[in-house]
Amino acid sequence: MEKIMNKDGYDLHLLQTKKFKTIHLSLKFTTELCREVVTNRALLPYLLQQATATYPTATKLRQKLDELYGAILHIDSSKKGENSILTFRLEIINDQFLQDKSSLIEEALQLLKDVIYNPKLENNGFDNKILEREKQTLKNKMESLNEDKMSLANTRMIEEMCADEPYHLRVHGYEEDLDTITSESLYNYYEELLTSDRLDVYVVGDIENTPIEKLIDETINRKKQASIATKKSNSHHSVDKVLVEHDQIQQAKLHFGFRTNITFNDQDYAALHVFNGLFGGFPSSKLFMNVREKHSLAYYAASRIESHKGLLFVFSGIAPNQYEKAKEIILEQMEQMRSGQFTEEQVEETKEMTINQLKETLDNPQGMIELHYQSVLANSDKFPEDLIADVKRVTKQDVLDVSKKIVLNMTYLLTSEEG
Amino acid sequence: MEKLYYNQIDETIYNKTLPNGLRVFLLPKKEMAKTYAIFTTNYGSIDQSFVPLNEEKLITVPDGIAHFLEHKLFEKEDRDVFHDFSKLGASANAFTSFTKTAYLFSATSKIMENLKVLIDFVQMPYFSEQSVEKEKGIIAQEIKMYDDQADWRAFFGTIKSMYKSHPVQIDIAGTVDSINKITKDDLYTCYNTFYHPSNMVLFVAGNIDVDETIKLIETNQLAKEFAPPEPITRKFPVEQAEVAEKELEITMPVNVPKALVGVKEVDIPTDPKAFMKKEYLMDIAMDAIFSRSGYAYEQLYEEGLIDQSFGCETHLEKEFGFSIIGGNSKKPVELANAIKHILLSVNKASLDEETFDRIKRKKLGHLIRSLNSLEFIANQYSHYQLIGIDLFESIEWFEQLTYQEMQEFLSNWINEKQLSVCYVNNK
Repeated sequence: MEKIMNKDGYDLHLLQTKKFKTIHLSLKFTTELCREVVTNRALLPYLLQQATATYPTATKLRQKLDELYGAILHIDSSKKGENSILTFRLEIINDQFLQDKSSLIEEALQLLKDVIYNPKLENNGFDNKILEREKQTLKNKMESLNEDKMSLANTRMIEEMCADEPYHLRVHGYEEDLDTITSESLYNYYEELLTSDRLDVYVVGDIENTPIEKLIDETINRKKQASIATKKSNSHHSVDKVLVEHDQIQQAKLHFGFRTNITFNDQDYAALHVFNGLFGGFPSSKLFMNVREKHSLAYYAASRIESHKGLLFVFSGIAPNQYEKAKEIILEQMEQMRSGQFTEEQVEETKEMTINQLKETLDNPQGMIELHYQSVLANSDKFPEDLIADVKRVTKQDVLDVSKKIVLNMTYLLTSEEG
Repeated sequence: MEKLYYNQIDETIYNKTLPNGLRVFLLPKKEMAKTYAIFTTNYGSIDQSFVPLNEEKLITVPDGIAHFLEHKLFEKEDRDVFHDFSKLGASANAFTSFTKTAYLFSATSKIMENLKVLIDFVQMPYFSEQSVEKEKGIIAQEIKMYDDQADWRAFFGTIKSMYKSHPVQIDIAGTVDSINKITKDDLYTCYNTFYHPSNMVLFVAGNIDVDETIKLIETNQLAKEFAPPEPITRKFPVEQAEVAEKELEITMPVNVPKALVGVKEVDIPTDPKAFMKKEYLMDIAMDAIFSRSGYAYEQLYEEGLIDQSFGCETHLEKEFGFSIIGGNSKKPVELANAIKHILLSVNKASLDEETFDRIKRKKLGHLIRSLNSLEFIANQYSHYQLIGIDLFESIEWFEQLTYQEMQEFLSNWINEKQLSVCYVNNK
């Protein structure tokens, strides 16, 4: 069970468990997603993992991690709903499993502190040579999206579908914004982030006999905690936009974007999970069974929900000449959901699979943190266990009610040059 | 039932070989909500030429058949097996590699029912002409999806550049042409030969009761009839020591070209301990050179030859082995030449003892960390079991590796004939 403590300037979340042979730390700095910060926040993870004042090259920093029994340091930026999250992750072996019972956690926290609070600087900003090098790395990352056609199609769809909402912003940022970033401007932004973002610290593992609270307190240097901005977008999106784009591909990507009008805090959020499971979340779902199995139209056809923005996406990979047919069959599955063409038995099975999936997520340290963090982002006090209990109570009628709230907003096709 | 406790990692494995030859392994882990089971046969994409069960003549089957069979086992006369698992709240999957085909599920409830579904669907095939024809469309889509993935093409291209005759160079899913040749009878021939219990391993890990689980498996197996266990005759072409082609180029739409260097392994030990040690030593050496803390990484990065996509991986099997190093590069030729130069300069002084100890520490940490995952334990334990190695015991072998063994390995590792390059350039 999660133990939450309000500390000076941050919330500490302790998740004691004997499931794992490791101890996981996650520091999540969160603010509102907007164009002004997104490229800065995309660049920072690359930069901060390159050097600290104590370990001035990437090689020296990595060698230090090696010595700590291959401790894993990972920094990344992500978005959830309309929040931008910068996460520092550190994983170490629990020294119960090491012959040489050193104070691995203390050394690891010292290193983490160094990475966060003691980056390699020159003059009034980050090291300029490292900055320029990492700008290039991020540029490559931005470009590589073109090679992952499934992600490309999803990104393009969201950009068009949510064009006037912050959610459309690309998590890797924008090349034209990158050119305006200097080592000073970025460092100033970083200092601001450290003091004014909201900060949540998670520790997962067998930590009963570790003075973890004290150790974390010594690592973090902050005065004020911030709260999460929650705004519900009430805009009406009943228009079904259609966009077709072309690329050098053999397999076309047909994606759909729906508005669910349901987010994490809503009463019917659990029913939305079950809806998604029946519609396209599992191999037994309507999409998989009909688009793939019955009509052999696609190698994959699935759906996924966005928990904090209230969206539902459908993904499929099809032969370019099957667009019309695949579209018809996919939308037909949604119609079947709306007209209640699924059985009580299927609802019960899907509930069980959904619970199974949630419980399995809690068997993974990273999954445990992410699932708990969803509550923070929604300003909710619902634990994953509560969500599981909610799913258990979902009825066929609940799913039917949910299906009537879901509205198609965007049809997106990425197809071959000829297609 | 044999019980083995591994002190350092605090794990217990129970194992038993049943009269029909099936090897069963159970790893109870009560803290977990989940149970994961994987049923693996020692049969993969490379097993194309063999003597069918109860026959005498060697035959060769179409490319991609092991993978095709994997798909088709889920379909029964009256239903799709995915649906059986769904009804029981489980999620199921399967995969085919060069040397294995595996079927798996994970669930947090109704474990015994799910386990029975797993064993029964794998052991009761139903192939019909009609369903074989239908599957061809689905697999053709899968093949086309892989054809669009530059990383996958590059990986296979590198293997093709290394191997001239060995079937490891054939795509696991086959080609659209080759799968079109597959018939229902081919599937039964492969199935009957390679899905005999004595060629298979069943591993169950997680929230299980050991007695109840073994009892279910034994009762299930005793109720079925199998031919007496027989060794399978497989034939592999003789593969030359040197690479097939020094350079291979693939053209397809990519933003940034790719360069991958392949190192073809020779002299793969047959003794399990020597085999495992070689795999560990390859892994340490690659890490010490090319990982982010490796001695060559910084130079390649500073020269702008590599980006975040750079990486290296090693594969060692009884029949073949290789390492692949590389990634995206705006200067692919310079990158390939730099990697080859680094590899050819490797000698016993390339790693000092301190580096060797550091990488060993890191690798040991990563190994312990990966035991967080029931999937890792069950998949890897089964994989090594089919090579005749106890994965958990091998952790001790890993710790015993000496600097002297590392030096000996490095001094005989690589010569120019073992190296090839695969480029992916924009159309």
